[in-house]
Amino acid sequence: MSTLALRDVWVEYGDQIVLERLNLEIASGSFVSLVGPSGAGKSTVLRMVLGQERPTRGTILLDGADMPGEPGPDRGVVFQRYSVFPHLTVLRNVLLGFEFRGSPLLTRLFGAKRRAAVAKSEELIEAVGLSAHRDKYPSALSGGMQQRLAIAQALAMQPKVLLLDEPFGALDPGTRTQMHALIKPLWKTHGMTVLMVTHDIKEAFALGTRLIALDKPRIDPQAPGRYGAVITYDLDLTRTGPVPVMGFSKPLSRAEDADMSKGAQS
Amino acid sequence: MNILPGRGSRLLLALLPFVLIALIYVTQSAQRRAENPNDKLLPPVSEMVDAVKRVAFEPDRRSGEYVLWTDTAASLQRLALGLGIATLIGLTFGLAIGVLPFVSTTLAPLVGVLSMIPPMAVLPILFIVFGLGELSKVVLIIFGVAPCLVRDLAHAAGNLPHEQLVKAQTLGASTWQIAIRVVLPQIMPRLIESVRLMIGPAFLFLISAEAIAADVGLGYRIFLLRRYLAMDVILPYVAWITLLAFIMDWVLAKLARHYFSFAYTVERR
Repeated sequence: MSTLALRDVWVEYGDQIVLERLNLEIASGSFVSLVGPSGAGKSTVLRMVLGQERPTRGTILLDGADMPGEPGPDRGVVFQRYSVFPHLTVLRNVLLGFEFRGSPLLTRLFGAKRRAAVAKSEELIEAVGLSAHRDKYPSALSGGMQQRLAIAQALAMQPKVLLLDEPFGALDPGTRTQMHALIKPLWKTHGMTVLMVTHDIKEAFALGTRLIALDKPRIDPQAPGRYGAVITYDLDLTRTGPVPVMGFSKPLSRAEDADMSKGAQS
Repeated sequence: MNILPGRGSRLLLALLPFVLIALIYVTQSAQRRAENPNDKLLPPVSEMVDAVKRVAFEPDRRSGEYVLWTDTAASLQRLALGLGIATLIGLTFGLAIGVLPFVSTTLAPLVGVLSMIPPMAVLPILFIVFGLGELSKVVLIIFGVAPCLVRDLAHAAGNLPHEQLVKAQTLGASTWQIAIRVVLPQIMPRLIESVRLMIGPAFLFLISAEAIAADVGLGYRIFLLRRYLAMDVILPYVAWITLLAFIMDWVLAKLARHYFSFAYTVERR
């Protein structure tokens, strides 16, 4: 399938360091939640995997091969907004991906090919529960329905990696819970690797098999841009043992305790 | 501000200013006629009807043509050619500038400068280069309309959310496919709106060019008749030109709402 690897990735904008020493191996088929405060570079990581941005240093590998420098059909994406095409109906929004692939010049499918694509699209629309709305324009859909459409659209390409950029951030709590119930089985049946950026910690724990927190461990007040964010927590959420607290999964030993209290005194 | 007119009174209120203007015209015309039977400035409606009958339904004594219709045909042909070609230029260049950064860096400044040149100032150049025939008039309309359309459409294309373009790429689209399936349909409503707005300027350029050098056309006719103070023909001609412009505007508005209904969902509510 598809493993994703970031090797010693640095991102700098001018002399501002955004991310530093990022090393990450994401196993195929895992659901990784990426959390952290605003400005910690969560979306930057996502954009790099998407191919919208290049790391200043380091490499990103997909299945051991260098990641292409532009977005492609092997990586699907759902943004918080503007992920669907407002000029196409629900069915045509999903169909568009098949048309892109099947007809490079006209981008229109005819006859049997079109019928097959329509059938596949309808299957996906059914899977996200939008069958009743297949001929509506996105402007007639609620925010949750639009995100479901965006997911169906992305799944049509059977991407190796699905990137979710705060996909449910603009939805009300009820709809968000429905979306959680929708995305999990879809991820399991399609077996792709998912990387989700979110601000909702509960969501990050509920959906993910692994949680990665980004934050800036050091801040120089004279030069706020001097130090970038690193991975501060990397939690495996699939284990059945005790709940990991503060990144430590086993209780601290006596000696470490003593060390820490000594450190606090001095 | 919060008191809204009802359905019936809305129509009545809309008609009211027209009726008022007509009333003022008729009374003023009658008054002037009473003072001076030879007054030419505000001819009564009956004279205008006669004049329209003469130019529209009787062959001209000298050329044997029905003047109003030959004028209309000539002018509309120039206008259609000019606006049509300008629209094509606006769409292709606007799309290219909006989608391709390389084209944008190369052409956008040029278009910005071109659209600032007053078209009437280059009319003498057009007459010298293209002669006094049809071509110079059509080129004047193109010159006046196309740069504005290019700028407007490039802006509309550039204003599409970047997310959409990235999403299309993750669906495997090439640049060409994004241009024709994602950007083009979304800027089409804007194109029609811009062309609607450019009908006025297009008529302005057409009538100016015809006034200066032509032997047929709506603009040519009213400037010719000005010498004889023939208000009984000029006024109906102006009304006719207004009607033509109004119909074009209306047809374009209907077309946009029919073919690109997605862009007007807010309006329908």
